[in-house]
Amino acid sequence: MTKRRDDLASWGRMPQATPKRVLAMPWSGQAPMWDNDDAPMLAYGCGRSYGDVCLNNGGTIVRTSAMSLVQAFDAEYGVIRAEAGITLEQLLRLTIPRGWFLPVVPGTRYVTIGGAVANDIHGKNHHRRGTFGCHVLRFELLRSDGTRYVCSPTEHADLFRATIGGLGLTGIITWVEVQLMPIASTSINVDRVKVRSLDEAMDVLEESDEAFEYTVTWIDTTASERLAGRGHVIRGNHAHDGECSTASLSRPPRITIPVEAPEWLLHRSTVGLFNTLYHHRQQARHSRFVSDIVPFFWPLDAIGSWNRLYGARGMLQYQFVVPLSERHAVRTILIELRRAGIASFLGVLKTFGTIASPGMMSFPRPGITLSLDLANQGAAMQRLFDRLDGLVIDAGGALYPAKDSRMSAATFRASFPGLTKFRHYLDPAFSSTFWRRVTQEPL
Amino acid sequence: MNPTNIVIVGATSAIARAIAERYLTGSSFVLVARDADRASAIADDLTIRGAAIVSIVAADLADLADHARVVHETCAAMPSIDLVVIAHGVLPEQDRCDVDPDYAIATFSLNADSMISIMHRFVNQLIDQRQGTAVVISSVAGERGRASNYTYGAAKAAVTAYASGLRARAAAYGVRVITVKPGFVDTPMTSHLPKNPLFASADTVAANVAAAVRRGTASIYAPWFWRPVMALIRILPEKIFMKLKA
Repeated sequence: MTKRRDDLASWGRMPQATPKRVLAMPWSGQAPMWDNDDAPMLAYGCGRSYGDVCLNNGGTIVRTSAMSLVQAFDAEYGVIRAEAGITLEQLLRLTIPRGWFLPVVPGTRYVTIGGAVANDIHGKNHHRRGTFGCHVLRFELLRSDGTRYVCSPTEHADLFRATIGGLGLTGIITWVEVQLMPIASTSINVDRVKVRSLDEAMDVLEESDEAFEYTVTWIDTTASERLAGRGHVIRGNHAHDGECSTASLSRPPRITIPVEAPEWLLHRSTVGLFNTLYHHRQQARHSRFVSDIVPFFWPLDAIGSWNRLYGARGMLQYQFVVPLSERHAVRTILIELRRAGIASFLGVLKTFGTIASPGMMSFPRPGITLSLDLANQGAAMQRLFDRLDGLVIDAGGALYPAKDSRMSAATFRASFPGLTKFRHYLDPAFSSTFWRRVTQEPL
Repeated sequence: MNPTNIVIVGATSAIARAIAERYLTGSSFVLVARDADRASAIADDLTIRGAAIVSIVAADLADLADHARVVHETCAAMPSIDLVVIAHGVLPEQDRCDVDPDYAIATFSLNADSMISIMHRFVNQLIDQRQGTAVVISSVAGERGRASNYTYGAAKAAVTAYASGLRARAAAYGVRVITVKPGFVDTPMTSHLPKNPLFASADTVAANVAAAVRRGTASIYAPWFWRPVMALIRILPEKIFMKLKA
């Protein structure tokens, strides 16, 4: 009996997937609940990846969100071990009052730590701390045959490296042990710098990396060719004094989008207007203020189900990285998008630093990364993106699987040189819609 | 007064765990569960989150003859009981119940006999103490026998009626019995069901339970909207109800 499971979609709400069976891991010690007929399987946490890495059309989904016990917390050294289905928010609620923060946080706090490992996520401080995987001390991997491996840089090191950024294809991560980062305050001292071009944005970003823990640039993707890359560089540091408060974490979303919005809502004219107004909201070059962690890291978490704003056809994310020397490729892509009349509501530019991840399939690498979210507009848009993929790959860059639902097998291969080695560590009973697509393997 | 000595029967249930998290700081817990390893993992979690003492009583609650020991060992582990949450049970596959009466009756016994036996004993204990609150997790499924889950529903109907009688008897001794009737809850027990807007999280149900304990409400639906929904379903004529095959 198979039913469409809209509750097990990805955040982009496309493509759609219908699993043949849905299981749930109730806790990390659970013996395998599956049999041979259940292959191919895939763990599913919060469904916050955008494309199809968390989908398994026709296969078995193993939900992990009930598997969320904290196993150990050393508040002196800042080491926490928890089951893989715990969310970053649940974890932070416990660690912040003791003065510890996750060293890497993404743009939403509603992801599981298992998903953070499997996608080897990054944050606004990649130039300082690398990826999430750089702070993972150990984890346990449950393979489909029931074998359990405790993996670390020194035990089953190859499985450790394959599973970080391994998109859930090496088995089920049951628990994760993470090294936390000490903080003195949950206030962030922010300096927001208005920039008028991509070159200026890049210069300010590079200059900021030295003095700021967190740097990111919001860019106006609707600006004219002359102004391509204009935006705000947002940079910040944890305040040195103040308090470590979780009050804002527990607040539920202020509003929730109840239904799919009509398609005109995020039309390029409305998006263009919003971007222009947002850009000019700040008159001075610098705006300095103190922000709480919640609006600083997770502004979109304040709007429940914001993905519904993108209408019934769903949302497409496009995130790539190119080497620093290939700045012009970013500019070309911004101009191509504008010429095609495609407006991104939110464009985010950031530099990745040189700290290497242990993950053999990790996406971040030294360079410039641009992330765009766009309303799905069908075939013409797909053709444009295929062309942009070519520009990224020619520049020696890569696309981010956690945000992808469309890259070709060739683009995937070119993005991930570690792929050949990675294949040795796949669990034979695990797969995903993404994996079958980018390897051209049938179900 | 906030309860500080808390017993959770069926401690591995998602709703039970969410309720325990509402009473963490400084509280002592006894967890009654079949799987001692899993109960111990839950005990570690509660302790890290701020619970004072967490003890475990391992028991297969399908074995009614063992219930007296469970109550005895629980009482030995804490000075007195402020709150006992009775949350164990299974969601049987109705398709299998339809063709396999032995399976149907086995699940019925766990959901009805076992729950009634343990709640009866714990309420007697509270009556001896002359104080305390028992929270009994029943279900909206107990309000009417639906084709899609009548085996489960019938057991919950027994639990609801039994709890109602215990409540009336215990009230004279200053003891409260609270019946909780959740609707659809998103837990591992319901992972196979496609979710719709009627599903609530275990955390929401736990918040409703905590409010009921604070206010001393006799019987709640969780979330609240099931009260008018079930009022309507209860008064539907059987002829129409049958045709719904819900």
